[in-house]
Amino acid sequence: MKHTISVLVENKFGVLARVAGLFSGRGFNITSLSVGESSDPDISHMTIVVDDQGSPRIMEQVEKQLNKLVNVIKVQDFSRGESVNRELILVKVKTTTTTRLEILEIARIFRARVVDISRNSVVMEITGADDKIKAILDLLSRFGIKELVRAGKIAIARS
Amino acid sequence: MNGAKLLLECLTEEGVEVIFGYPGGSVLDIFDEFQNYPIRFILTRHEQGAAHAADGYARASGKTGVCMATSGPGGTNLVTGIATAYMDSIPMVALTGQVPTNMIGNDAFQEADIVGITRPITKHNYLVTDVDELPRIVKEAFFLASSGRPGPVLIDLPKDVLQAQSRETYPKKVEIPGYNPVYIGHPKQIKLLAQAILKARKPILYVGGGTVASGGSAELRKLVAKTKIPVTTTLLGLGTFPETDPLSLGMLGMHGTMYANYAIMDSDLLIAVGARFDDRITGKISEFAPHAKVAHIDIDPTSLKKNVRVDIPVVGDVRLVLKELNKIVKPGKIGPWLKQIKKWKKDYPLVYQDDDDVIRPQYVIEQIRKVTGGKAIIATEVGQNQMWAAQYCCMTEPRTFLSSGGLGTMGYGFPAAIGAQVACPDRVVFDIAGDGSIQMNIQELTTAVNNKLPVKIAILNNNYLGMVRQWQEMFYEKNYAGTVLDDNPDFIKLAEAYGALGILIEKKKDVIPALKKALKYKGPVMMDFRIAREENVWPMVPSGVSIKQMISGMT
Repeated sequence: MKHTISVLVENKFGVLARVAGLFSGRGFNITSLSVGESSDPDISHMTIVVDDQGSPRIMEQVEKQLNKLVNVIKVQDFSRGESVNRELILVKVKTTTTTRLEILEIARIFRARVVDISRNSVVMEITGADDKIKAILDLLSRFGIKELVRAGKIAIARS
Repeated sequence: MNGAKLLLECLTEEGVEVIFGYPGGSVLDIFDEFQNYPIRFILTRHEQGAAHAADGYARASGKTGVCMATSGPGGTNLVTGIATAYMDSIPMVALTGQVPTNMIGNDAFQEADIVGITRPITKHNYLVTDVDELPRIVKEAFFLASSGRPGPVLIDLPKDVLQAQSRETYPKKVEIPGYNPVYIGHPKQIKLLAQAILKARKPILYVGGGTVASGGSAELRKLVAKTKIPVTTTLLGLGTFPETDPLSLGMLGMHGTMYANYAIMDSDLLIAVGARFDDRITGKISEFAPHAKVAHIDIDPTSLKKNVRVDIPVVGDVRLVLKELNKIVKPGKIGPWLKQIKKWKKDYPLVYQDDDDVIRPQYVIEQIRKVTGGKAIIATEVGQNQMWAAQYCCMTEPRTFLSSGGLGTMGYGFPAAIGAQVACPDRVVFDIAGDGSIQMNIQELTTAVNNKLPVKIAILNNNYLGMVRQWQEMFYEKNYAGTVLDDNPDFIKLAEAYGALGILIEKKKDVIPALKKALKYKGPVMMDFRIAREENVWPMVPSGVSIKQMISGMT
């Protein structure tokens, strides 16, 4: 099962390594990670997506260990409770004169922003929750995805 | 003042009495100032010795141990000692030199990323990049090391930071937003525990190192006086409850007593007190204490439910939780249970063959206890010597049995004994050693001799790496690969070369006279006891097997 974990940490050097070490030390691969300053510049917000590889007990242990890190202020697992999730991706899709219109139509329907067009490709920016991003990538894959860059999921609790 | 002075100023204010360490290029500014501060510096002959000595000092005194090394190899040599302290939750501050900040990351001479290296084996660590932050960091380091679940904290000090000027002073208060250990146990949970104790018919206390760390031994004894619940301890819990008490079951687990393990397997209420259900305790985890409701008192929430299910978790400081518990607890009806335990103790005592002239290691340990009146501080190395010591030392006071439990570090005992002797100059300190382990930090004989620290080393010499050999005998068809130490040095000559007294003991009748001679001698003594070569540690639960399937070893 995938867990989306939100972690508030002190904005200091070395903190990311401490957090990442808890996952790597247990052989957990981090699916996605995004870090940035919060409203308080002394505090950073991390959103970590990680697969518990069928072992929720180890996941619980990782969360407790996160809490135990001296630089960590708060840990929330969004697999429990309601949250709003978004991810930003940039995708470069192969185009030909015959496919370009169809690709632009898909972009329009999914409210993706086309940010660059060249002779044989188009770059678009897509923001959304997991399912929307998965759906549009599915549709676009048929035309050939030349490059894909994901910003990493970010999440915020609803209340 | 410069960073080096500022550091020593801070350490002095923190009340640091002694630093164990080794100099080098990056920390020269600190050494240049030592004579101006009331801090004793003890030069070990290897940085690992310094770390273990700081650890032994901490375990024996309850204060935070401090060790220091230079950058690069100095720091990496501390690593085993830091990891040892981390696994056993020992308060320690390790100070390392570092190359100047503008050279960090350049593969400079004697550079190592010690903060990166020690990240998973410290409670927390710091790289100081600004001399003005040094006082706050030192304050935080000592606070972190000794509060909550204690542990080692490392401070990495670049040479230019030690030379930079600052007007800062040592802060009075410390504030770390993400660090708030819970000391007070939840009253509801404590009440639940008291109710469970009242209802239980077969309760048992399983006591670990957290009880020592919290200073909870007296409250534990009060609890037992009130409830008569029998007590078994882990290796690190030895001494928290007097083993001379009829309610003591000694140590449990892999080399624990038969009766402790039987009691665990039959109990209906297992109360873990500052212990963490290590695999050497539980054996096959799914079959551990199958009939018991489990209560667990621990200051570290990550310890709870890590290995076993817990019915009554109590997060908090052991001493404070037991104090609250003692206010409300009432004894349950456990008469038949105590009778059963008495019977187990009678039927399955700790025994060894003692009817010949061969020196049995267990006999040596019993005599050490006798000649010291049970008042010695005992450090151990790791292996058979450690387990025999745990079984036969019969400890009665906390902070008197010093052993590397979690990491199992060979070479720990002797430098730890040195640290303990520094902390407790008036006590007799023994290192119970094997012929393998003692050679891992034997260079510290110089430290003991030069600093007039009269540690008594008892080598239980079987010319084997005995514990590994025992496993090879039992599980690897006696293929004694890599474990035969027929080429040991002459320990007597070695002791003499270092300026210590060496005593060779080859006959059983010479054991007691040798120990008496060692106690009389004012300096360090190295006793070489030639013990029965293939003596094994019994009983034993093979790794990964239920503790029910204990091998008694004696028929």
